[in-house]
Amino acid sequence: MILAYIRRALTFWRRSIQARVVMSTVVLTAVVISAVGWLLLQQTRDGLVRHRVDVVLSEVNAEMYETRNRLASASGTEVNVSKQQRDLVDPIIESGESRGFYVVLAGPEGNDVPLSVGGGMYSGGLDVSSVPAALERHFDAVNRSTAWTYTSIVHTDDAGRTTEVPGVIVGSQVQLPADGQTYTLYYLFPLTDEQETLGLVTRALLTAAGLLIALVAGITWLVTRQVVTPVRMARRVAERLAAGRLQERLRVSGEDDLARLALSFNQMATNLQRQIRQLEELSWVQRRFVSDVSHELRTPLTTVRMASDVLHDARGQFDPVTARAAELLQVELDRFETLLVDLLEISRFDAGAVVLDLEDVDLTDIAHRVVDAAQPIADQRGVKVVVEHPDAPVRAEVDVRRVERILRNLVSNAIDHAYPDADQPVSIRLASDEHAAAVTVRDHGVGLAPGESAMVFNRFWRSDPARARTSGGTGLGLAIALEDALLHGGWLQAWGRSGRGAQFRLTLPRYAGGPLRHSPLHLAPALANVAEDVPEPDDEETSGVTT
Amino acid sequence: MSQQAAAASYPTKGRVLVVDDDAPLAEMLSIVLRQEGFDSRVVGRGDAALAEFRDYRPDVVLLDLMLPGRDGIDVCKDIRAESGVPIVMLTAKSDTVDVVVGLESGADDYVVKPFKPKELVARIRARVRRSDAVPSETLSIRDLSIDVAGHSVTRDGEEIPLTPLEFDLLLALARKPWQVFTRQVLLEEVWGYQHAADTRLVNVHVQRLRSKIEHDPEHPEIVVTVRGVGYKAGSGS
Repeated sequence: MILAYIRRALTFWRRSIQARVVMSTVVLTAVVISAVGWLLLQQTRDGLVRHRVDVVLSEVNAEMYETRNRLASASGTEVNVSKQQRDLVDPIIESGESRGFYVVLAGPEGNDVPLSVGGGMYSGGLDVSSVPAALERHFDAVNRSTAWTYTSIVHTDDAGRTTEVPGVIVGSQVQLPADGQTYTLYYLFPLTDEQETLGLVTRALLTAAGLLIALVAGITWLVTRQVVTPVRMARRVAERLAAGRLQERLRVSGEDDLARLALSFNQMATNLQRQIRQLEELSWVQRRFVSDVSHELRTPLTTVRMASDVLHDARGQFDPVTARAAELLQVELDRFETLLVDLLEISRFDAGAVVLDLEDVDLTDIAHRVVDAAQPIADQRGVKVVVEHPDAPVRAEVDVRRVERILRNLVSNAIDHAYPDADQPVSIRLASDEHAAAVTVRDHGVGLAPGESAMVFNRFWRSDPARARTSGGTGLGLAIALEDALLHGGWLQAWGRSGRGAQFRLTLPRYAGGPLRHSPLHLAPALANVAEDVPEPDDEETSGVTT
Repeated sequence: MSQQAAAASYPTKGRVLVVDDDAPLAEMLSIVLRQEGFDSRVVGRGDAALAEFRDYRPDVVLLDLMLPGRDGIDVCKDIRAESGVPIVMLTAKSDTVDVVVGLESGADDYVVKPFKPKELVARIRARVRRSDAVPSETLSIRDLSIDVAGHSVTRDGEEIPLTPLEFDLLLALARKPWQVFTRQVLLEEVWGYQHAADTRLVNVHVQRLRSKIEHDPEHPEIVVTVRGVGYKAGSGS
């Protein structure tokens, strides 16, 4: 649940330039604003405090001046130390109460009695721990100059509430005439006002920073939106173009860079559209031409064919030479016809003018039919043909006419290339799984030389020029078979070894157009004597086929 | 015409009307047909074909698809509109559309040029051989009754006009209502093909047959499709 949410957010982050630009701008602005704000705050605080310290020091000096005068003017006969201390401190505490500072009288110095032990006199409610130990140590000796430092003032008011505020503490020493000892007077000035001012400034700065970041984010969002929106539109239009809706165009408004981008994009689309139209037209003309040639050639050929048949049937009444001529005419007409049919078929493939007529069938039936039809030729050559098939039907959704043509080609090829009167038969094996059906046709003939398995599907390719034309094939059979297989979304592959025969494998998806990842049958035959020098039969090794 | 005179003088195996604009081919067809014992007449124009058909009353029509005057497809429809006579198309194109359009417009069978004469004669023979005497027999399939000898199909005493081919197709299915016929088997039994042939022939003619005999051709009950195998006669009453 949470993971999905995170994943969605990440996807959004990856996909949206806008989000990334806005985010990085905001982060950068925040960093800069924080630095500037921090600097500003620091300066303000220093200024405020320094000013306060200056005021405090002059105030303390004035107070000390007054105090010394008072002590000097006091009668030198006074010997009651604590009374004189009282007389010294009380007016200062009084003036401190009205002017907002606290006073501590410590001493006499040189006795090393810490203030916290007691003995000092101070403003009511003040906690003597407010005097920092370091400053106290400074005044442990006599005749020390006036010194100040920052501290935190702990004070308990009449209601018993204890507050702790930052403040400045100034210490100065006086000599009490009564005992001739030196005492230290600490003045503690709270910095409450400054703190409040600083707080105000801080809040103002934070508000300003927040507003600024929001503003920057908003501006960035708007600006990127202006750039990204046309890009997104262009993407949508490009997708539609890619999907074949060639008339789609971008809307062009204005003359800025984006408008020019749209203009160029539209120009590209127009050019593409024109070229595709041209190609379509060319292909149509080609198809039309093939169809016309087909018709124009076929009619006279039919007449010639029939005439030749009449002559052939009557050859018994001719003299031997004429009879032989009639025979040759007949045989060559057959070849001419097959060649014409194959050529027209190939050009139909090239023009992309072929359509599958699909039917869900058992390939075993087709295999048996093909083998039955090829039996006479096989008998004539003394080649045995066997079909090995599983008990379950080998079903696939195919164009029966085309698959039958593929198998016819493979089987007659195998019969042609098998050694006559051989022990080992031409074997046709079938197998299927839930995704695919496969047929292999194995012969034990001359086989294929290395590299030839990739070439057998080339048009007019012949394995051995010397023994070429005995079989009477047109040289287009396997090329057509390959086209037929590809049309089904299937594979047609060849395996062969010199002198050890060849095997062709046809693999068809269970349902036309379905994905095909592996074949239920191996391409290389699993025979011990060939397996030695055959690389592991591997479906990646698809020789001669671009699927 | 001399051929016509010859036909009148001694009996022939049948009369064939050749509708083709290519004169040499038409003449060659006549020669071959005469050798095989058929009488024939040639028409060179599509618009003259129907008149000639009415005049000649052939047993089979050989019809080229590309004709001057009137398209072969239209001629086929014209003839089919008034007769169930077997029509065999001569086509130069075996492309799906051409053949299917031809079959849908009423042709029983087709041969692709260039064809062998024997192949053509086999097609013609397959279409005229029905004239053999058949024993009187009546079959019924659901609410249809088939009079085999009389070549008629009736529902509630009302005759449904079928072409001879459609009749043969229905009869083949009705004779063995327990059997599922593959398209290949039907091509052998009804069309007389020895080897594998175009199964579209079966598909198209089953559709035509259904449109005539079924109550709802979208949901056939008499000629039922067995998915992946073929067709069978509908069971039940």
